[in-house]
Amino acid sequence: MSEITQEQVAHLANLARIALTPDEIESLTKELGSIVDNVAKVSEVATADVPATSHPIPLQNVYRDDVPGNTLTTEQALAGAPDHDGSRFRVTAILGEEQ
Amino acid sequence: MAKAKLMDYDKALELFEPVLGFEVHVELSTKTKMFSSAPNYFGGEPNTNITPTCLGLPGSLPVVNGEAVRYSISLGLALGCQIAPSSRFARKNYFYPDLAKNYQISQFDEPIAFGGSVDVELPDGRTFTVPIERAHMEEDAGKLTHVGGSTGRIQGAEYSLVDYNRAGVPLVEIVTDIIYGAEKDAPELAKAYVATIRDIVVALGISDAKMERGNLRCDANISLRPRTAPGEPPAKLGTRTETKNVNSLRSVERAIRYEIQRQAQILADGGTITQETRHWHEDTGTTSAGRPKSDADDYRYFPEPDLLPVVPSPELIEELRAALPEPPAARRRRLKQEWGFTDLEFQDVQNAGLLVEVSETVAAGASPQAARKWWSGEISRIANARSAEASSLVAPADVASLVALIDSGALNDRLARQVLEGVIDGGGSPQEVVDARGLAVVSDDGPLIAAIDEALAAQPDVLAKIKDGKVQAAGAVIGAVMKAMKGQADAARVRELVLERAAAE
Repeated sequence: MSEITQEQVAHLANLARIALTPDEIESLTKELGSIVDNVAKVSEVATADVPATSHPIPLQNVYRDDVPGNTLTTEQALAGAPDHDGSRFRVTAILGEEQ
Repeated sequence: MAKAKLMDYDKALELFEPVLGFEVHVELSTKTKMFSSAPNYFGGEPNTNITPTCLGLPGSLPVVNGEAVRYSISLGLALGCQIAPSSRFARKNYFYPDLAKNYQISQFDEPIAFGGSVDVELPDGRTFTVPIERAHMEEDAGKLTHVGGSTGRIQGAEYSLVDYNRAGVPLVEIVTDIIYGAEKDAPELAKAYVATIRDIVVALGISDAKMERGNLRCDANISLRPRTAPGEPPAKLGTRTETKNVNSLRSVERAIRYEIQRQAQILADGGTITQETRHWHEDTGTTSAGRPKSDADDYRYFPEPDLLPVVPSPELIEELRAALPEPPAARRRRLKQEWGFTDLEFQDVQNAGLLVEVSETVAAGASPQAARKWWSGEISRIANARSAEASSLVAPADVASLVALIDSGALNDRLARQVLEGVIDGGGSPQEVVDARGLAVVSDDGPLIAAIDEALAAQPDVLAKIKDGKVQAAGAVIGAVMKAMKGQADAARVRELVLERAAAE
């Protein structure tokens, strides 16, 4: 059985800005634990000489030429913004007054 | 905010050894951004140089700028690093609206370059080798303007406005290993290190490297460790602070000195150093506490699934290695010889971080001595008076034009200083300032002779002395003429004419 704890789940939820109820933390702890257990089976067959995969397609060095392309207009850029001042996105201040 | 108590610098060095580390961010001057074809340009109208990728809009995908990869490899090689046979991008997850995606694409455990060193020259001529841990590629963030609150700073702001023009600009972050042994020269080493990085990226032609524009930014880590008696094992490393927002060579040096004095006083008073980010304030020359290191620094890096590994071929690496400019130390030796500077003259220029400026001014046509004279003299003086960086005040090409105007006799030194101030204050090129203000030296003898005759008539005793052969008496007349001409005359020519006219009387 994996060693995922309720504290870890609460910590992750906090980092991800997700509010969880105690019930949710309890059930997620179990679910995450079994996911980690299942994934861990892979390490039983993967030996040290198998590099970790970050991408399923065996490609590398896919580059773009350094040539400017089209950009959005300011109106387009701001179209989906919850709030703006006509040219910039407006967001809530996220830090409190300096102590 | 209470003013921090500072220990005397020499006393602090007696009790503690400063231990340093730097993170320097270099904005690459590619034509487009790191992962999108948006122009690599910011500072204009907000949110005009962005694509869906810069905003992290659903369905958009990043694609790596191949030129940025080549620039990064060149920089890694110039830093004496090994280039990773294969490196990957990673997501650095954090919630802050300077990037719209809630993560920054960076590199984590597989940086493109690692394990190098940079030789830095200290003011006393000693060479200090700064170990480089790694250099990795990442994207710059957007610019936030905090509105409301009492200070205009981030603390206490009511809301923030975001411009994403800078989001996605290619960056290389150069991270040093822990630097021991700088001792009392720690502030000077910090400045010399950043100046050397600047020299390197300018020589490579991969960055505009203007600190005042944020093209080159330094975060300075510093901790103090208590000295132990000879024979005893060294003490444990102290807790470090990371000072951000250090945007000039001068500030790098001042910030390190300040943090040494501040931390030493706290430790000597029995206090502890908080591991935190500190903000440098150019105006007061102090740092203040930012955010403490916390859970928020748990970035949960993972490999960027939208991007493929960067696997540079050995041929490409060797091609870029062969194209490297000469290393900074060799370049310094060559320039010193080419320019014919004395040790002292060269060190003055170098310690002021003006090698790039003098070099570009010479390239634009000025003599090395004239370039040195203006950068180390008048421009540095104005920079000091205004607490600004000399390089931010005026372009090397304008200094070269100014020197050309002096050499042609159109300006004398006094007028040239006025023209320089005009250029610095935004009056355009030297020639434009000359034209706009009518500052050129009067080279037509007519008005000079009229002024001389008037001055001689007003001072008959002086005229008599000159006629008696007391040539030094002419000084009084020359002074009066220069005053009448509002300084816009060539004093040597006035002297010639004064003696001529006096003899003819």
